[in-house]
Amino acid sequence: MRLARLRSFRHGVHPDGHKTTADVPTRRMPFVERYVLPLGQHIGAPAKPVVSVGQHVARGEMIAAPGAFVSTALHAPVAGRIAAIAERRDPTGRLANAIEIEADPFSTQAMPTPRAVDADALTDDEFVALVQHGGLVGLGGAAFPSHVKYAPTEGKPVEWLVLNGAECEPFLTADHRLMLERPQDVVRGATILAKRLSAGGIKIGVELNKGDAVQALRDAAAEALAAGEAPIPIEVVGLQVKYPQGAEKMLIKAIFEREVPAGKLPLDIGIVVNNVGTIAALADLVDRGWPLIERIVTVAGPGIGEPSNLIVPIGTPVSAVIRHCHVRGETRELIMGGPMMGQPLASSDVPVVKGTSGLLAFTEAELTKRHEYTCVRCGRCLDACANMLNPARLARLARARRYDELEASFVTDCMECGACSYTCPSGLPIVQLIRAAKAAVRTRKKDKN
Amino acid sequence: MSAKGHDSGDAAPKGLVLRSGPHLASGMDTPTLMRDVIIALLPLVVAAGYHFGAPALLVLLTATVGSMLTEWLFRRGEGTLLDFSALLTGLILGLTLPPALPLWMALVGALAAVGLGKLAFGGLGFNLFNPALVGRAFLQAAFPTALTTWRPAGRPFFEIPASTFAPPLLSVRAPDALTTATPLSRMKFDHKATDLSSLMWGSVAGSLGETSGLLIIIGGLFLAARRAFDVRIPIAILLSVAALSGAFYLAGPDKYPDPLFMLSSGGLLFGAVYMATDPVTSPLAPRGAWIFGAGIGVLVVLIRLFGGLPEGVMYAILLMNAASPLIERVSQPRPFGRAREGKKDAAS
Repeated sequence: MRLARLRSFRHGVHPDGHKTTADVPTRRMPFVERYVLPLGQHIGAPAKPVVSVGQHVARGEMIAAPGAFVSTALHAPVAGRIAAIAERRDPTGRLANAIEIEADPFSTQAMPTPRAVDADALTDDEFVALVQHGGLVGLGGAAFPSHVKYAPTEGKPVEWLVLNGAECEPFLTADHRLMLERPQDVVRGATILAKRLSAGGIKIGVELNKGDAVQALRDAAAEALAAGEAPIPIEVVGLQVKYPQGAEKMLIKAIFEREVPAGKLPLDIGIVVNNVGTIAALADLVDRGWPLIERIVTVAGPGIGEPSNLIVPIGTPVSAVIRHCHVRGETRELIMGGPMMGQPLASSDVPVVKGTSGLLAFTEAELTKRHEYTCVRCGRCLDACANMLNPARLARLARARRYDELEASFVTDCMECGACSYTCPSGLPIVQLIRAAKAAVRTRKKDKN
Repeated sequence: MSAKGHDSGDAAPKGLVLRSGPHLASGMDTPTLMRDVIIALLPLVVAAGYHFGAPALLVLLTATVGSMLTEWLFRRGEGTLLDFSALLTGLILGLTLPPALPLWMALVGALAAVGLGKLAFGGLGFNLFNPALVGRAFLQAAFPTALTTWRPAGRPFFEIPASTFAPPLLSVRAPDALTTATPLSRMKFDHKATDLSSLMWGSVAGSLGETSGLLIIIGGLFLAARRAFDVRIPIAILLSVAALSGAFYLAGPDKYPDPLFMLSSGGLLFGAVYMATDPVTSPLAPRGAWIFGAGIGVLVVLIRLFGGLPEGVMYAILLMNAASPLIERVSQPRPFGRAREGKKDAAS
């Protein structure tokens, strides 16, 4: 209706953007004494250490190799000495095997001399191995090993490469700054990948609250075209500002008006989606030979004195990052990621990992417990659900533990974006109930088999 | 990290709270929703006082206080009065009652509305029928005469009819000079139409809140702008009433009333805006809302034209309330990336 002309998906919510750091250029996080790298900071099998305690490593040197195909490598974020290979708390609070590095205080911490790889000369397997050993994962938050997406699949040709620059989570501006400050690398990475995938075209989806980023990308694409470096057409698509616009399937719906069938992947309809940050990391890897050892993290929220976009070496303790941004004493809640889908932290003594897009500090004011009323069936959650489910009903069934009905009502289609809980006037923990129900449905399925 | 705590300085936040996300909320809550409806009803309260005088306001007061008392009586200490739902039920019930109704009956209606209509089902959110309408249906069944005795609009403000303070269970008939017929019964029994401007302004006989079409429409627009209710329901009701009564009117213009009269008379507008839209008792899914509203419209026309009663809004809504769970079953939304039930997967 009112917004029908804007490209988007159906339903969704409109939280306040809180993009206070949109105009804050990225700075480098200073080096600290110690870094902790959990071996399993990506989806899939954990990486296997290839160093031993006491060994000296150079910045960017591989310290853990991929543990399986769906797994990726880890690299030293700093030059230093392996202090320990032992259990450490990861951001979820679990104890997990990790490599701890003590930074060498006398090192200049200069990156290795850039060494470009001719990606076009590589076979498919070599390219996949390059990406896997470069430690690339999806930087949008899910941390899915990128090479898996980059591996050609028999019978599934790639028609489109889509870059995700929606960044629909409130507060986060890491992708925004990246698109603004490094548009050439985004275009470059996209061109490299599109060529490898034999994609017919590249689309970059960006929410329209980042008009400057849209322009920067368009300029960079035009420049590349003029220089003859963009053999595959690139279109930057402005999208309606709506949550969860950055969900892969919603992004595809917005750009192509097509729905990825439930339970299938974008590749099944000929589309590969990559986060803009991931694609810039690919450009770093191919053109400079630099593995993924740092990323942009938005540090913001009312508990942060100096909201910033920081380039943070992977493994930096959260405590050091927020202190660098003048965290306030009255901080009561720390979230890794965005406020909608982010991970709450029990302690700041956990490291920044590859999937860390933001660190948000909330104070008492944001914690006010909402009064829970009974569901009055107002239907707001249905109008919010981008998966077009009936969250009110799913929550009711989840409370009653009616798992067969939950399964028949497609509870597992839920992507847990949290729009239902956000919008619920009765303050009901809808997505939280659904999350628990999904886990139970999966366990039951496993038990049956 | 290591027990040495190499960099956990003094600034490290202590006593962090762990909550599962999302960590933001829209700020809209249930009492606000209820409050919006109450605000939208206030002009009708003023209009009821203007047209029907002090006895009307006493009926409204009794129904509202009675509803809140009932809620308090059965749910003491649970704080459920604070969600404003009992207040709203009482107000809506009062607005569906005739102006000179004995106050004790209004109190009984309130008890039935909140007690039978809502609390007996488990409270807010669990009731099958619109509580205010349950109260009204109860009164209609128990006191048919009192519920169809209409005091004309425009009497002196402080003129209190004998019926208002009638002692319980004793029948006091209002003198015939002080009663009149509603536009709908004049149409049904005498084939006399009422002009549209009176129906919009509200200077006709009827239940307290239903006579001023204009104020109801304004209230409805306010609620639509606040997104406080599902606009699909009133739209579906009005469209289906217009379509069906229009068809009858075209078939027999001298036998059937014209659609505009059908739309603007009786409790149709009030029911469509304030009662059918009760979220608890209407279907959740958008498609269900259309079916629900259209069903009410069809039933209203059928009851008004072919039933024994001049008005059918109350029963139409109650019947569709009962059908609501069934409608819910067949109107589930189509999940993203899936075909509608029974159809082949369209997306793949």
